[in-house]
Amino acid sequence: MFAVFRDLIRYNIEFTIGLILVGVVVLFACLSFFSPVDPSLIYTTIPDQPPSAQFWFGTNSRGQDMFWQLSAAFRNSLTFGLTVAVLSRIISIAVGLTAGYLGGWVDRVLMFVNDIFVAIPIFPVLVLFYFVLRNNMDSFTLALIMACFGWPFDARLIRSVALGLKHREFTRHAVFAGMSTRKILLEEHLPYVMPIVFSTFMNNMLWSIGLEVTLAVLGFTNINNPTIGTALYWANSHSAMVVGVWWWIAIPVILMVMTFIGLFLLAISMNEYIDPRSRLRRMGA
Amino acid sequence: MHGYLWFVGKRALQLLAVIFFGVSATFLVTHLSPINPVESALGRMTARSVSNPEAIVAMRAALTELYGVDEPIWSQYINFWTRLVQGDFGPSLLAFPTPAMTLVMRALPWTVTLLTLATLITFAVGNIMGGLAGYNQNNRFLKAFGLVAIGIQPIPYYVVAFIMLIVFGFIWPILPISGGFAMNVTPGWNWPYISSVIQHATLPALSLVLVGFGGWFLGMRALVSNVVTEDYVTYAELAGVKRSTIVGAYVMRNALLPQLTALAMALGTVFSGTVITEQVFNYPGLGSLLIDAVNAGDYSLVLAVATVSVTAVAVSIFIVDLLYPILDPRVRAE
Repeated sequence: MFAVFRDLIRYNIEFTIGLILVGVVVLFACLSFFSPVDPSLIYTTIPDQPPSAQFWFGTNSRGQDMFWQLSAAFRNSLTFGLTVAVLSRIISIAVGLTAGYLGGWVDRVLMFVNDIFVAIPIFPVLVLFYFVLRNNMDSFTLALIMACFGWPFDARLIRSVALGLKHREFTRHAVFAGMSTRKILLEEHLPYVMPIVFSTFMNNMLWSIGLEVTLAVLGFTNINNPTIGTALYWANSHSAMVVGVWWWIAIPVILMVMTFIGLFLLAISMNEYIDPRSRLRRMGA
Repeated sequence: MHGYLWFVGKRALQLLAVIFFGVSATFLVTHLSPINPVESALGRMTARSVSNPEAIVAMRAALTELYGVDEPIWSQYINFWTRLVQGDFGPSLLAFPTPAMTLVMRALPWTVTLLTLATLITFAVGNIMGGLAGYNQNNRFLKAFGLVAIGIQPIPYYVVAFIMLIVFGFIWPILPISGGFAMNVTPGWNWPYISSVIQHATLPALSLVLVGFGGWFLGMRALVSNVVTEDYVTYAELAGVKRSTIVGAYVMRNALLPQLTALAMALGTVFSGTVITEQVFNYPGLGSLLIDAVNAGDYSLVLAVATVSVTAVAVSIFIVDLLYPILDPRVRAE
């Protein structure tokens, strides 16, 4: 595990940049654990102060210190992304491995369901959920709903790997040794798909955080819960750009772009690492 | 020919299944929720004015009948489908008494045009540039293009649209940033109207293209850089086939197949992006309508937009799937 990490850092500049970007953002988000102010309170400080030594990221029109506000927002958004990614990974691993290993009608049924989930545009569905749940929609419910829609692409990918594993020698050995199907899947096949799971994990986080931003900007989430999206929502509702409080929009957008590019670089560099052909080309072997 | 029909049949079955499950899901979400549409509509209507109790009771009875919520859930479900087949979603509350379907049909052409144009441009630009970048791996310009693609691709639609809005709306105002066409033209087949429509569509389309092309570019580059290592490419090069022919007819054509599948799979996501883009640029399409409907608490309109968008995306995926055999002769021969 450590050797993989070292190789990636040494031979893959994208991975290193991604790691630094994500690391900075995670560190920033972790600072919120030491925050001196409660991010849900408003008018705790002087409003509309530009960035200065006292207020590093300035303060917004709601009288919040943007540094601590954004720190909490990024913690919430990253937690949200992690929750969606973990939950949807569980579904996609379960579906992908089962469909690939069992084959036959199980495979056909699962892939049929899979194709339906791929074809349903998620955004109107999420808006529909918000429309009926309104303020009962907390971020965990949203994460759960998104996880239900975030698995199909990756389940197909995992299935394609599992299809190949099925006919390998060691699988047959395991079957003859009397291993149960569940054990074969979890102990023999799962390690082979883990690299895909990791790289799609990043992509899934990107997707879910992006979607949350989109929903929140429109005001379709719990707007009192600080996230990246709600920070932008409040900035828009106070016309920050027009009033001239540019830092209220610019700083979250810069941080968000850092997060997204970082996660994306991690995902593509891992993807490349999984493919031995491109890995060798890069290492010059 | 037989293989093609078989393929189309399978896809058509899938299309029907997607529409059935998608529409059922929208029904279930709206009807199994703890919130009663009658009470929420009533609350909205009585919030701004004082009404006497009898009027409220009468209104509640009328709304209950309108929504049909006093019936058991399965009969509501059957009702829902029978009315849906006739294209009837009931009157919209946002623009009472216009039927919700009329509003949706008014908005649909805008979204379809914007989405189709933006997707075609994105797909073409991304794939052609990506293919060239994969084939000429040492070209400086294409390498720089790749960096730009990596930089822009992960940024959410909202942020890109918003930045475009600021750049072309405030800093360098050359394009209209809001609406579908200018106020002072009459809709119809006349040049001022058409040019105004094109001008107004430029920014939304451009922002969709900017976000979208990176994914196709990176995907195509990766695919092509794998295809060029194949023996038949080396053979063609040694045989002296023109480089442009190799790229266009041999390499890109083979790499295009997985991209076309990806296009079908990405349409749902692209649609979600369009919703945001429309909202940012105040474009009169389905997305803006959906958001207005949610904000106004318009139950039937939200249901209508959700149903129509699920159906529209499913149909467009079906159309892309139909193109597949044209590129892949194996499907025809099966």
